Amino acid sequence: MSGVRVLVGTQKGAFVLTSDGGRDTWEVDGPHFGGWEIYHMAGSPVDPDRIYASQSTSWFGQLIQRSDDGGRNWDPVGNELLYDGVPGTHQWYDGTPHPWEFARVWHLEPSLTDPDTVYAGIEDAALFKSTDGGTSWSELSGLREHGTGSQWQPGAGGLCLHTIVQHPTDDQRMLVAISAAGVFRTDDGGASWRPANTGLSSEVIPDPDADVGHCVHKLALHPSQPETVFMQKHWDVMRSDDGGSSWTEVSGDLPTDFGFVIDVHAHQPETVYVVPIKSDSEHYPIDGALKVYRSRTGGHEWEPLTKGLPQDNAYVNVLRDCLAVDSLDPCGLYVGTTSGDVFGSADEGESWSPIVRGLPRVMSVEVQTLP
Amino acid sequence: MVIRVRLPAHLRKLAQVTDEVELELEAPVTVAAVLDALETVYPVLRGTIRERGTLERRAFVRYFAGEQDVSHDPPDAPLPAAVAAGQEPFHVVGALAGG
Repeated sequence: MSGVRVLVGTQKGAFVLTSDGGRDTWEVDGPHFGGWEIYHMAGSPVDPDRIYASQSTSWFGQLIQRSDDGGRNWDPVGNELLYDGVPGTHQWYDGTPHPWEFARVWHLEPSLTDPDTVYAGIEDAALFKSTDGGTSWSELSGLREHGTGSQWQPGAGGLCLHTIVQHPTDDQRMLVAISAAGVFRTDDGGASWRPANTGLSSEVIPDPDADVGHCVHKLALHPSQPETVFMQKHWDVMRSDDGGSSWTEVSGDLPTDFGFVIDVHAHQPETVYVVPIKSDSEHYPIDGALKVYRSRTGGHEWEPLTKGLPQDNAYVNVLRDCLAVDSLDPCGLYVGTTSGDVFGSADEGESWSPIVRGLPRVMSVEVQTLP
Repeated sequence: MVIRVRLPAHLRKLAQVTDEVELELEAPVTVAAVLDALETVYPVLRGTIRERGTLERRAFVRYFAGEQDVSHDPPDAPLPAAVAAGQEPFHVVGALAGG
């Protein structure tokens, strides 16, 4: 019988949650790397035993860990992520030039076809690639050097490349998202890039319709419909039907369109999930009621999903990598909160239950559907 | 000569050691030489004490020779004789607390 493995990165270690296809009872393994920030863990789609983890602290810097047995054992691999050439400057918060400085790996994205190939999105924003299982890394510097990089400015969380979306069938195409620069697209495997923010409007920046400078929080697509991309922005839920070349707002009747996460149903490409957060200055759900919202129409019309989620005093946030969807049928969803709870649903979000509570602040949730 | 190095808990665990580390070094014994040797024996520690690339001390890490803070000394300056002789350890210390 199929099973699932949920990979949870927290502020003080990594946890691996496993269950069978019923998703009723769970084994919790961890913390791995206790005391370290685990910004992200991700498994290879072609080898579920191959998992990569970003392990870091401000004290001791960045490590990349790799497991070849599904997260039971780990070995450090290469952590030398050096900018290509002289990286120059981007803008600082006050608009002055600021040198590019490596801070941490925010996101790891294993290749769809090769378990030894993995991409890393880092702060200060750049994209790296390894083709030897994380042993060595090289920058895809065409992104940082395509022309707008000097204009990029950090958001409060830093200038981070936090989302990497690979085209499901064309390995030359990819979208990345950077806070707070926006979306960028490559059609040649990362050699060249262009901004992909047409249609985004952000009142908080001097030119609301600028080519770059938008704080994009997350992107998601369904592999059967790769030209349709959904976005949760710093305000606004957006949709593109041309691979990111242009965007339209689909916030519709959401109670608030601020949030961090967005994801797509495993089997219904027009069914989308978000977790609305009250505002950019109040990072918790409205009235302390944690709700996942679902649209079955690709946006515009949304319904709250609350059964089993805390509806009182849940003043928590759900960070951008903390919503995941498995591919069982019905598909399951997983949400991790800043209060250290991981909730799971085995019925497309209709009902939820806590898988584990009391973890450190959850920073990422990914799920592997096991054969 | 045998140099004693004390690591903070996280780095001991990373290097899979439980106590002081002992390194064989030739004179002159400097911060750079000690860390070069440490990272050669324990390559997993590369980037955790000194920045990758620049080899500058990470901001939240400090170096002590016995009770003497040598964090701001040139990396090629000789360490005190007591450290070079193995009588006192070279400490790598992480900043306290901070969450």
